[in-house]
Amino acid sequence: MKTKGETLLAQADRKLLSGREYRGASRIDGPLVYMRNTHPVGFGELVEVTAPDGSRRSGQVLDTSDEAVVVQVFEGTDNLSLPGTGMRFMGEPLTLPVSDQMLGRVMNGLGKSRDGSGSVHGFAERDVNGEPINPTAREYPRDFIQTGISVIDGMTTLIQGQKLPIFSGNGLDHNQLAAQIARQAKVRGNAGDFCIVFAAMGVKYDVARFFIDSFEETGVIDNVALFLSLADDPSIERTITPKTALTLAEHLAFDRDKQVLVIMTDMTNYCESLREIGTMRGEIPSRKGYPGYLYSNLAEIYERSGKITGRAGSITQLPILSMPNDDISHPVPDLTGYITEGQIVFERGMQARGIYPPINCLPSLSRLMKDGIGEGMTRADHPHLANQLFASYSHVKDVQNLASVIGEEELTTLDQQYLEFGTFFEKKFVSQRFDEDRSIEQTLDLGWEALSKLPSEELQRLSDEEIAEHYGK
Amino acid sequence: MKKRIIGRVKRVNGPVLIVKDIKDAMMMEMVRVGEQQLVGEVVKLYDGLATVQVYEDATGICPGDNVYGSGMSLSVELGPGLIGTIYDGIQRPLERLMEASGAFISRGLSFDAIDHTKSWEFTPQVKVGDKVHAGMVLGTVEETSRIQHRILVPPHMETGTVAEIAPVGAYTVENEIATIALDNGKQEKLTMMQKWPIRLPRPVDSRLPLKQPLVTGLRVIDSLFPLAKGGTVAIPGGFGTGKTMTQHSIAQWCDADIIVYIGCGERGNEMTDVLREFPQLVDPRTGQSLMERTVLIANTSNMPVSAREASIYTGITMAEYYRDQGYHVAIMADSTSRWAEALRELSGRMEEMPAEEGFPAYLPTRIAQFYERAGYMKALGGSEGSVSIIGAVSPPGGDFSEPVTQHTKRFVRCFWGLDRQLASSRHYPAISWLDSYSEYLGDVQQWWNDHSDGLWHKHRQEIMDLLQREVRLQQIVKLVGPDALPDTQNFILEVCNLFKTAFLQQNAFDEIDRFCPVQKQVKMLSVILAYYEKGLEAINKGVPMVKIRRLRAVQEMARMRLSVQNDDLEAIDKIQLRLERSIDQIGGVYEN
Repeated sequence: MKTKGETLLAQADRKLLSGREYRGASRIDGPLVYMRNTHPVGFGELVEVTAPDGSRRSGQVLDTSDEAVVVQVFEGTDNLSLPGTGMRFMGEPLTLPVSDQMLGRVMNGLGKSRDGSGSVHGFAERDVNGEPINPTAREYPRDFIQTGISVIDGMTTLIQGQKLPIFSGNGLDHNQLAAQIARQAKVRGNAGDFCIVFAAMGVKYDVARFFIDSFEETGVIDNVALFLSLADDPSIERTITPKTALTLAEHLAFDRDKQVLVIMTDMTNYCESLREIGTMRGEIPSRKGYPGYLYSNLAEIYERSGKITGRAGSITQLPILSMPNDDISHPVPDLTGYITEGQIVFERGMQARGIYPPINCLPSLSRLMKDGIGEGMTRADHPHLANQLFASYSHVKDVQNLASVIGEEELTTLDQQYLEFGTFFEKKFVSQRFDEDRSIEQTLDLGWEALSKLPSEELQRLSDEEIAEHYGK
Repeated sequence: MKKRIIGRVKRVNGPVLIVKDIKDAMMMEMVRVGEQQLVGEVVKLYDGLATVQVYEDATGICPGDNVYGSGMSLSVELGPGLIGTIYDGIQRPLERLMEASGAFISRGLSFDAIDHTKSWEFTPQVKVGDKVHAGMVLGTVEETSRIQHRILVPPHMETGTVAEIAPVGAYTVENEIATIALDNGKQEKLTMMQKWPIRLPRPVDSRLPLKQPLVTGLRVIDSLFPLAKGGTVAIPGGFGTGKTMTQHSIAQWCDADIIVYIGCGERGNEMTDVLREFPQLVDPRTGQSLMERTVLIANTSNMPVSAREASIYTGITMAEYYRDQGYHVAIMADSTSRWAEALRELSGRMEEMPAEEGFPAYLPTRIAQFYERAGYMKALGGSEGSVSIIGAVSPPGGDFSEPVTQHTKRFVRCFWGLDRQLASSRHYPAISWLDSYSEYLGDVQQWWNDHSDGLWHKHRQEIMDLLQREVRLQQIVKLVGPDALPDTQNFILEVCNLFKTAFLQQNAFDEIDRFCPVQKQVKMLSVILAYYEKGLEAINKGVPMVKIRRLRAVQEMARMRLSVQNDDLEAIDKIQLRLERSIDQIGGVYEN
C-alpha cells in the first residue's frame, strides 16, 4: 500500500503523467486490453493505443483500480501483442471535434474521415457521452412534422423533437421508409434549417450505399453527416457510433439552431456489441444475456433528443431496429419501447400482401401526437378521426378472426361492411408509393373516405358535427 | 465537508467505487468523492474497504482520489417551500441546477433543497410555558394558497416546555423560531426546517384501519377496483398501455391533499409535460392550480442510475412529512421497475450473487419496505393523515410473471392490470376488468354505500357478474358466431359492450369526462343496470333485441359520460326515466 505522501504526489503528478506512454499489456481479451503498473488513471479516460506496427487506435477506460486498468479498443485488438502494445492515457474523456463542416462528409464510428477527402476539422471538442438535459430546461415538443406518409401522419404523428423508432424485421422495407421520411419530412409554415445525421451500426455496405444514393438523388447529401460503422468493421466501434452521431447532432441543434433528424440503424446491432463486451468482462447478465444496464445505456442515447427552451433547434430521432425473429418482446425492442415516445411497428404479413409501408397501426403509437394535432396544427377533426380509425380497424381484426371460423358469407351485413372498410383502409389509406408525398389534408380525407364505408351510427368516437361535415363527402 | 477524509478510491467500475484505508466510515453515510465533489453513499464495509455508490456520472474519478465523509446518512431537507418544486432523485432543485449549469446537468453541483433565503409568514400556535412533545404543531405557514404548512416538533425530540417562541412575522427556514427547555435540562433551538434520512420511515403514533377510498375520478377504479386512502396499488403494463397517462390522471384529479410525483427512470419529455400542464389545470374541488399541491421528483432515464435508486425514498420521505402534518398524501412512482433495475444494475456492479433474472435476492425485501411505508396513521402530534402509494410497474415484454410484478403483487392489496388489447383499440384507461382486483372492497364498502343509497356493493357485484358471463359468451361467439345465441344472451353482450364504451372508457382530454364525481358514477352505473333489467324483461316478453338497442334513450346513455355535465345529475335520472318508459312501451306492444 502506498503511503499518504505518495498519494498526494500521485495526485499532483496526474496532470503531468497524462500523455506518458506505457508499453506492455498484461492481457488481451477480445476488444479489451488490461494494463498494470500505470499511474492512477481516471474512469472513462480517452486512451491512445499504439500497435506493434506503429499504427494508432483509440480506446476508453472501462475499469480502473490500483492494480490494473481495463481499456476497450474501438478499432479492435487484431495484431496487438502483449509486449508490443503501447498506451497513452490522455487525462480527459473521449471527445469529438464537432462543426457544421461535418455535413456532407462520410465518417467512421469515431468521427474520423472515411471518404478520402482529408481529415475532419472540428470547431469545438465535445464529450461524446454528453450530459443529461435538465427536464426543466426542456421545451415540450408539439410541432407537427409532415412525413407525407398517411399512416404515420394520420395515426402515429411524428413531432419535432420526438424519438420514434421503427420496429422492423429482416427483409422488411424499413430502409425505404426511413429514406422516404428523410426526403419528405417538413414542418409546415416553418421551413427551418434542416439537416440529417445518419449513423449506421453493423449494417451491410449495400444498405449504407442505398441511403447515400437516396440522399444524393434528392440533393440533400450536402446536408447529411454520415457515421458508418459497417458489418465488417470491429463490433466494438458500434458501441460508440450512436454517441458520436448524437454529439454532432447536439452541436448542430443547440449551437447552430438546426432542425436535426437523426436516423440510426440498426440499434439491435449496437445492443449486441454491448452484450459482447459485457460477457467478455464477466458481468452478470440479465435477460437473454444482455447486460443489466442496457436500459440505462439505451436511455442515454434516446434521451439525447428533444427541444430546449430558448433555442431554435431540435433533435428528432428515428432509430431503426430489427426485432430478432419478429419478437416485439425481445429485450431490445422492449426496452426501446419503454424509453421512446411511441413506436412504428412493421408487420411481415402486410408486406407479403404487397402493402407499402407495411405498418400495423394497432401496436404503433405516437405519445406526443395528442398535443401536436388538431385545430391550428393539423385539422380540427384529426384527433377524433384517428381515434375512430383505430377503433374501427381494431374491430376489423375481430371480424376477420370470426370470418376465418364461420366463413365470410355467414357474417352480418354490418360485419361485411367492416371487412370492406378494412380492405379500403389497408389498400388505399396505408398503402402508398415510395415516392408519394401526401399532404395531411389528403390523408385525413382518405381516412373519411374509408370511414364512409361504415354506417354513421357506428362512428361513436366522432361528434355529430364532424360527421355532418365530412362523412360521405 | 472537505475536512474528514474517510478513505481513498481503490477501484472505479461505473457508479460503484471500492474505497480503501477505511477507518471510521459509517454504513449509509453520505460522502463526496474526489476534487469534483461527486455525491455518493457508503453501501458496504469490509476488511478496511468500503463500497460506495455515486449519484453522478463517475467519469474522471481516479484510484487514489480522496473520499470525504459527511457524518450523516443521505437525508432530505423538509420545510416550507417543497410544494411546487421539481427535484432530482437526491433532492437537488432542478431549476437551481439550470441556473447554475444551463440546459445540461453538470456534475458535482450541490444546492439547498429548499430556499434558505425566502421568508415565510409564521404564525405561532403555542405559548411560552406550553408543554410540547415530538410531532406537535409549533406554528403554521401558508405554503401555498391551499396548503397550510404546519411546523412540527422534530420526531426524536424529548418532551419539554416552550421557553421562547417567535411572534407572528416573516422568517426564513434558518431563523430560530422556538427554544424548548427539555425535561432533561437541556435546551433545544428549533427552526422551520428539519432533516430526515431517506431510508428511515418517520415514526408515527399508531396505524389506523383504512376506511375511506381515494377518489380518483376514474370510473373503472372508483366503482370497480377502489383504492383506500393509505393503501397501496400496482399498475403493471407493457409499454404504450397507458401507465403514465393513468398516473397523470390520478395525480390530477384524486382527492388527496398533496401529490408527490416521482418520475423514476422515465422520459424527460413526460416530466416536461407535467411541469407544463399541472400549473394550468384547476382542481375541481378547490378551484386552485394543481401545482399548489404537487411536489415533483424527476430522475429521468438518462440521469445517474444510483440517484434513480434513491429517488423513491426521497419522495416517500417528503410524503411522510406532510402526512405527519395531518394531510392525505398520494405518491405516484413511475416506474418502480426502473427502480428495481437500478438495484439490479448496482448489485451487478458490486458483483453480488444474483437471484431471478439477475435481480438481487433482497429485491422482495426492498419492495416490501417501500410499500409498507404507506398507511393511514395517527401522527405523533395526534392528527390523522395517510400516505397512499400508486406504483407503476413496467414488466418486460408485458409479461406479468416477471420478478418485479410478482413480488410487487405480494405486497400491494390492489392491482390495476393494463391490457395491451384494450390499449390497441384505444380503450383508455386500459385497465382490465378481468385481471384487476382490489382487496379494499370491504374496507371502503361502508363509505361507498353511504354515498350511493346503499346500492354500490350490490350494483358492483351485478356488473362484475355480467362481465364474467360475457367472457364465456364471447368464447362461444368466437366459435359459432353471434347469431347462434338466443337474444337473452346476446343482450348480455350488448349491455357489456355499452358498459365498456359508456362507463369504463374515459377520455382524459375531454373537459367533462376526464373527471367523474362519485355521484355521477353511481347514477351511471344504476342506469346501465336498469337498462339490463328492463331490457331483459322486455326480451322475455318477445321483443327482439335489435328494437331495444335502437332506442333513442340507449344512444343517449352511450354518450352520457361526455354529454351530461358533472353536476347535472338529474339529466341522468331523466335518461333513465325515458329509457324505462320507452322499453315499457315496446314491451306493451308485444305483450298484447
